[in-house]
Amino acid sequence: MSVASPPNPSLALQSKRWNGLRHVLEREGLFCKDDFTPSPDNLEFLQTKCKVLIIGAGGLGCELLKDLALMGFGDLHVIDMDIIELSNLNRQFLFRRTDIGASKAECAARFINNRVPTCKVTPHFCKIQDFDESFYQKFHIIVCGLDSIVARRWINGMLLSMLRYEEDNSIDVASIIPMIDGGTEGFKGNARVILPGFTACIECTLDLFPPQVNYPLCTIANTPRLPEHCVEYVKLIQWDKESPFGAPLDGDDPQHIAWIYERAQERANQFNISGITYRLVQGVIKHIIPAVASTNAVIAAACAMEVFKLATSCYDSMANYFNFNDLDGIYSYTYEAEKSDSCLACSNAPQLLTIEDPNTTTLEDVIKELCELPRFQLKSPALTTVMADGKQRTLYLASVKSIEEATRKNLTQSLGELGLQDGQQLTITDVTSPTAITIQLKYQANEIEMS
Amino acid sequence: MSSPAPPKSPELSDKSKKYDRQIRLWGDHGQAFLEAATICLVNVTAVGCEAAKGLILPGIGGFTVADGSTVKEEDLGNNYLGKSKALACKQLLQELNTDVNGDYVDESVDYILANRPNFFDSFDLVIASNLNEQSLLQLANRLWESNVPLVYCRSLGMLGSIRLQLKEHCIVEAHPDNRQFDLRLEQPFHALREHLEATEVTSKMPWLVVLYKFIKIWQKEQEDGRLAPSNYKEKTNLREAIRAEMKKDEENYEEAMKAVNTSFGAGLVPSSLKAIFEDDACEQLHKKSDIFWIMAKALKHFVVEENKGYLPLPGVLPDMTASTDSYITLQHIYRQQALHDADQVYHKCQHYLKQLSLPADSIDERTVRLLCREAAGMFVLRGTRIADEYEKNCRLLPLVEENELQGTLTVYNFALRAYERFLSECGSIPGECAVEQDIGRLKSITSKMLNDLGLHATISDDVLHEICRYGGAELHAVSAFIGGCAAQEVIKIITKQYKPIDNTFIYNAISTESVTLKL
Repeated sequence: MSVASPPNPSLALQSKRWNGLRHVLEREGLFCKDDFTPSPDNLEFLQTKCKVLIIGAGGLGCELLKDLALMGFGDLHVIDMDIIELSNLNRQFLFRRTDIGASKAECAARFINNRVPTCKVTPHFCKIQDFDESFYQKFHIIVCGLDSIVARRWINGMLLSMLRYEEDNSIDVASIIPMIDGGTEGFKGNARVILPGFTACIECTLDLFPPQVNYPLCTIANTPRLPEHCVEYVKLIQWDKESPFGAPLDGDDPQHIAWIYERAQERANQFNISGITYRLVQGVIKHIIPAVASTNAVIAAACAMEVFKLATSCYDSMANYFNFNDLDGIYSYTYEAEKSDSCLACSNAPQLLTIEDPNTTTLEDVIKELCELPRFQLKSPALTTVMADGKQRTLYLASVKSIEEATRKNLTQSLGELGLQDGQQLTITDVTSPTAITIQLKYQANEIEMS
Repeated sequence: MSSPAPPKSPELSDKSKKYDRQIRLWGDHGQAFLEAATICLVNVTAVGCEAAKGLILPGIGGFTVADGSTVKEEDLGNNYLGKSKALACKQLLQELNTDVNGDYVDESVDYILANRPNFFDSFDLVIASNLNEQSLLQLANRLWESNVPLVYCRSLGMLGSIRLQLKEHCIVEAHPDNRQFDLRLEQPFHALREHLEATEVTSKMPWLVVLYKFIKIWQKEQEDGRLAPSNYKEKTNLREAIRAEMKKDEENYEEAMKAVNTSFGAGLVPSSLKAIFEDDACEQLHKKSDIFWIMAKALKHFVVEENKGYLPLPGVLPDMTASTDSYITLQHIYRQQALHDADQVYHKCQHYLKQLSLPADSIDERTVRLLCREAAGMFVLRGTRIADEYEKNCRLLPLVEENELQGTLTVYNFALRAYERFLSECGSIPGECAVEQDIGRLKSITSKMLNDLGLHATISDDVLHEICRYGGAELHAVSAFIGGCAAQEVIKIITKQYKPIDNTFIYNAISTESVTLKL
């Protein structure tokens, strides 16, 4: 294997490969950003100083690594916890058949390091949650190519938690790490620029994510009509009942999928439902989102361009949300998503949770609200509070078995029975955020007498 | 527990697994078209390679790279220094997918056009970039004559564009973003009417049964014989009528109210299909007619002569809260009618094939069923020659108003063309060495170009300065954006699904804006 010679910055900067980039970075331009200074320092900054983190080495991540390496960036890091699968190869172009089973981050980094001698990529084969503030602080810009909304929310929360404030309560601009976020689904995609604390963050616009399709349980159990209903039945009910492999369902195990396919087919036959196919079964079980190389290339390129603009100041960043769709011709639309005054993550507004009647509302109702209300959309919140006597009390926590068992009885109790007062603050932790959030209970005024 | 017997189920083939995420979009039939297609990439540039990459990864049948130059230091991939650029590019692209057949020709487009112009005729499509004006026009004219679609990509500094040149493109599956269900509730076909009349409305029935009951009452109240509410007020009234009879928590009544807005008015011939019916290609079939036109004529016959102006029934029902039996029965009625309608169209197709002495298997039942299901979205795109844009012609005039080119992005189209004329006339790249001097030359080239086109407008000096500032720079992020878009347009053309651009796409990365112009 040919190994690239160790990067020699001064040599690399003179390489003719940068001729085009240098025109753009070293010449005056009438459309450039006001504070842009044409200079060889710009390329030198990209090559030797600017550190960019790419989260995700999948469809967008592979493109981003290549785009940034070829736009002059010299120090990239990439995080991904996944390994390479056959179905990735139609778009994740840094991987080959022989790479199946290997770490995406490591494989992608190796590829770029071998091909682009002016760029050094450092891989991290792990979860974003494995790192803390001290790691994320090292970067000038963070780019996300993720398919998980939870992960986006988590890194968004992390960058917000890293903001420092001046004495007058304004944000210390040096503590801002810009986040560029891309997303695709089939022929649609979006790219956005987030300046934490300054522009709309992920939580400000949580309602932009498409809602997940959920079929009512009674339909699945009693009145199935679609092939999807039959698949869900096998997945949710039959699998646990029959435990065919004595193991939890694994969507990547062909034997598991085959078993579900056959049972779903039986159920469909029983109800005269047609349309069960292997692909459909797999799609339902794994929540597969269609993906194609071209959309990933477009969205990653739009993100990479914004990273380039931010790093060099050559042009103004886009403000701030770019939508793309090429189902019918090619359509794009850029608009300014607005910061929400009541954002869970980036506003300082207290998060009020209105309770109609504390004597009939149970803790379980509160948790349901926190999961279902568009502004919260939490996944599995853990709740603690400080009681009137000053004692810390865990109201509910699902992730630790012994505590879950000890606190389960609280779920069916009303807030009144739990001794929670109007105005009491609950501290909530959830997978969607690296930091705890505080909500305040607000009981409806008592004047309204329920008849 | 012993492990179950080996699955009887049809696990997907290796190829099917690899392409799974895209087959979910364009289907196995779209994939088959893609795997049967061969394209030519004219000139090795970042934008061209990105476009090719976007086709090789999803598994296009084959590609040929044509480029007469050798690799220089400024090109990436230093291992190939001094080698044929076409060969180097072919090898690197080939790596992306071993299922694809790669080939190369180390000759320039000018050389090929001069010595063996029929070279291009065998390709399904040609992608080109970085041509001077003369070469572009020669290539475009040749491909127009040979009826080979051309996708021409530009990537310069922060600007990019795609021009699609093709004569005719027929689309059956347009995949509209918001598909309207065609239910025929206001004018039920015989089997549906019989079923609905015989069905008692209970809480277990799909909303369609509920809505039928109320639309019938509504129709009786109309003195002018109208079949369905058309305005907001009438729709609200209908909804209120349903609400008035709803007992508590009847989901099907709730759903019926919601459906009032979207359930009526489908099944008629939309204007784009009417244009297809009136097209000469549909009226006058001949032995070389594309099967699309034979099917279109059969469809027209069915709609006009046999189905009182209504389209064949698509036979697709939305999900509705209901008991399994009531829903499946209804679904069966729709599907049977759809099969029946498609069968009529299929027989007419066979009739035409026989008249034209064409083989009966030119058109199969599956294709006709698909066409009938998608009839409302059928679309024919007729393109224009690139060369027309370089002559005085009326299509360009609307782009100018009060001596201004309309919209900033239109300006860039002409600025990029002026750049190409500069390449042809001066033999050098504007701004590559001397910015100030080249701005003057580009300015005079631009004003002459606009004048020759009969466009009384100017392009601002700022824009021309920006063009010269780039000095021919191709920025990777712009090339990847344009290349990705171009690849998708090629996929649309090859799979005959989704509507391509008509016909020029312009992207400005400075403002992150794009527009499509019809030139």
